[in-house]
Amino acid sequence: MDSFDIILNINGSDHAVSVEPRRTLADVIREDCGLTGTHTGCEHGVCGACTVIIDGEPMRSCLMLGVQAAGKSIRTVEGLADGDALHPLQEAFKDEHALQCGFCTPGFLMLAIAALERDPNISDEALNELLSSNLCRCTGYANIISAVRKFRDAGK
Amino acid sequence: MSGTQSIIGRSVPRLEDEVLLKGEGRFAADISFPNQLHMRVVRASNAHARIVSIDTAAARAATGVVAVWTSNDIQDVPSIDFRDPAAEALGPYRQPVLAHKIIRYVDEPVAVVFAEDPYLAEDAADLVEIDIEELPPQLHASDAPGEFASGIGTEPIVLNSAYGDGEAAFGSAHAIIELDLTIGRHSGVPLETRGALGVYDPQKDLIELFGAAKVPHRNRDTLMRMLKREVHLHEGHVGGGFGVRGEIYPEDVLVCVAALRLGRPVKWIEDRYEHLMAANQSRGQRHLAKIAVDAEGRVLALRDEFFHDQGAYVRTHGARVPELTMGMLPGPYRIPSFQAQAHFRLTNKTPCATYRAPGRFEGSFVRERLMDAVAEKLGIDRIEIRRRNLVSKDEMPYARPLSTLGTEVVLDSGDYELLLDKALARFGWDEAAKATEKRRANDEKVGIGLGIFVEKTGLGPTDSAHVSVDSSGAIEIVTGGASLGQGFETVMAQICAEALGVDYENISVIHGQTDRIASGIGAHASRATVMTGNAVHVAALNLRTKLLEAAAVLMQSKPDALDIVDGQIISKENGSGPSLSIAAAAGDDGFSAEGAFHVDHMAYPYGIHMAQIRVDQGTGAVKVERYLVAYDVGRAVNPKLVEGQIVGGFAQGLGGALFEEFLYDEQGQPLSVTFADYLIPTLSEVPEIDVLVTEDAPSPLNPLGIKGAGEAGTNAVAAAIASAIDDAIGKPGAVTQIPVTPQRLMVLMQD
Repeated sequence: MDSFDIILNINGSDHAVSVEPRRTLADVIREDCGLTGTHTGCEHGVCGACTVIIDGEPMRSCLMLGVQAAGKSIRTVEGLADGDALHPLQEAFKDEHALQCGFCTPGFLMLAIAALERDPNISDEALNELLSSNLCRCTGYANIISAVRKFRDAGK
Repeated sequence: MSGTQSIIGRSVPRLEDEVLLKGEGRFAADISFPNQLHMRVVRASNAHARIVSIDTAAARAATGVVAVWTSNDIQDVPSIDFRDPAAEALGPYRQPVLAHKIIRYVDEPVAVVFAEDPYLAEDAADLVEIDIEELPPQLHASDAPGEFASGIGTEPIVLNSAYGDGEAAFGSAHAIIELDLTIGRHSGVPLETRGALGVYDPQKDLIELFGAAKVPHRNRDTLMRMLKREVHLHEGHVGGGFGVRGEIYPEDVLVCVAALRLGRPVKWIEDRYEHLMAANQSRGQRHLAKIAVDAEGRVLALRDEFFHDQGAYVRTHGARVPELTMGMLPGPYRIPSFQAQAHFRLTNKTPCATYRAPGRFEGSFVRERLMDAVAEKLGIDRIEIRRRNLVSKDEMPYARPLSTLGTEVVLDSGDYELLLDKALARFGWDEAAKATEKRRANDEKVGIGLGIFVEKTGLGPTDSAHVSVDSSGAIEIVTGGASLGQGFETVMAQICAEALGVDYENISVIHGQTDRIASGIGAHASRATVMTGNAVHVAALNLRTKLLEAAAVLMQSKPDALDIVDGQIISKENGSGPSLSIAAAAGDDGFSAEGAFHVDHMAYPYGIHMAQIRVDQGTGAVKVERYLVAYDVGRAVNPKLVEGQIVGGFAQGLGGALFEEFLYDEQGQPLSVTFADYLIPTLSEVPEIDVLVTEDAPSPLNPLGIKGAGEAGTNAVAAAIASAIDDAIGKPGAVTQIPVTPQRLMVLMQD
């Protein structure tokens, strides 16, 4: 199958890659760009572990093809911390014990950050609705909600 | 131990979190080796069939393909062995690595493709043609057994467990109640699918398997027995275990054999569709249970005949799940006479093994349904009937004439009635009963329910650990434990820090590396904190002794006159006097110490679940309004992590009680193969719950008093939810099958 040469901008850096059109964005980010913090939990768009932010919108990178993301601005979990300094939402996750195995965590972080950037005062109800779109199998969600609310409330 | 505030019992932040939060974790799919091949498994599409031929020619010729194997290519590789010695009768039912002549479940591995790229491997796998002759599938464990192979049937073993004079008890009973109860097939379904990488090092003549989890040392032993070669296992980050992840499956064996024969690293990552048909399923049991009571509702005898749906093969656990179901069935109650019989039966479905609270989730549902039924029959309150039958504090330790997992069941400590009182008060049971009654009078279907249970944790017999300090003062704990997301590293570091008098954050914790320590118990069945934790405690105390002896020479003091506080060795008498860092005491060569912990019996924590639920009369959907898990853990090393285990475990139990089920059609085709049909609870379905962790009954079996915490949140969810649904719809005993899906509940409300 023919490959296409594309440039993906991830966390502000350009990655020149040659990919088959059928290759999912999740695979391109992970395998071709080497950013393995984006996880694939179901590859059919339900679990949300692969959520990244594309041009400000949270997207499931398993449901997009890599070639579709050419020229767009992609943000992944690797872009959140500033060196050793965690992003405040990452800090909140740590403080609230909002992760156990940590596999779903990058997806929840990117989902919540995209939503809170759009609406920093998002209501509890809207937040519950939003966070219901990703799956976590370890925590029972309570501490994830606490962490996201804590981050939201700190920004008010 | 040290002069500082105790760190055991404090909810300190986890050591694990930072790399995971930054996306720097190393899960199985994140590991790659240069020149690696990718494996794709070709799987069966029939539940039961004879293989006529397999045509691999087109796949072999496909782009990027290096090899294609069927069972003929690996005839020297034995079937997957049991972890522990198992009954001889189970031997013929072990799973071959690739199906040989007969296909026994949909998705069974039949052939395997190795290619340069995962996409190319998947393309080629589609080209493998399997010609079959269909055979009739055996689908229900409670149907009469059929033939497995020539001369052997689909019921390899019937397990029996009994004590007391049941005949007499049933003969003289005031009342006898019989129930027919069904627990649906569901499983752990961790968010990370399975993954395995095999690497062969010709210099060392060593096979290494990456992607290990749960029981790396035990699996190393099994693989070495099977492959007759040196093998080491390596555990990276693991995206949830729950009993399912970390067992040896066909794919683990295949990557090892392929790495050896093809001379290149071989990587396999499961996709979710495969996972929902290939990884161990669990729970499927049907119970015909019978209880005899006197006029006051005191239990005289319990009988249970049940049918365990094992699926197509007997995997690494042997018959452990039905064995546990029987051994733990009596729970917290005094049962003078007991008879259980388990029909362990094979069906043409995905093979089964353990899932969080194996045997107990099922048994608690059965036992607590029986207690509710007794209460109803005798017109006695549901709480009172339980109170009359609880084993009392004065009877501890309480030896049951039963065994499970090769140990006698001796309930080590507990005050069940105290926990019941605390739970009733915390939940506000009496107020909730009144409030829900009032709402029911207003035509709302709302109710409350409960389940009481005993857990089993800390199965030994032995584990060991190794703690060292180097010349820089860095401390390393080497364990044979495993980390599945539960906070293993943090808890081990806390236990070590307490004994040593150092900051837990300066301790690194090794787990799951079979080349670092000779043996290890892994992390399963809520035993890591009990077994490995106590071994670390002993090792750290031994290291402390060595440090203080060395420091005494340098400080011209005596070891017992010294203490270690925040990593500094100081005089107990004169804390502000001269001090010595542990790095200085360790000298150029450092120190290391070993520690081992041995125990003959398990530690038995216990708990109570209470639920308040509301049924939507239009849809049959159940909304959990309030939920309490009260649990006595003996001693909580890190209370926040204990609560995290309970809340997460509850969410899984709720899935099994209301949503999750692996369904099959009458041809044995699986119907729950994506997250659109296998329904894991989301945040919308999981309510915020209340958790009450108590430490009233520390275990007398280990110096730290610890009992395990991993399975308490799951254990009695189905029991409590069923009880609450009965109450809500005003039909005692209505729930006899879980999950209670909206469809099933609509039928129950109409009946």
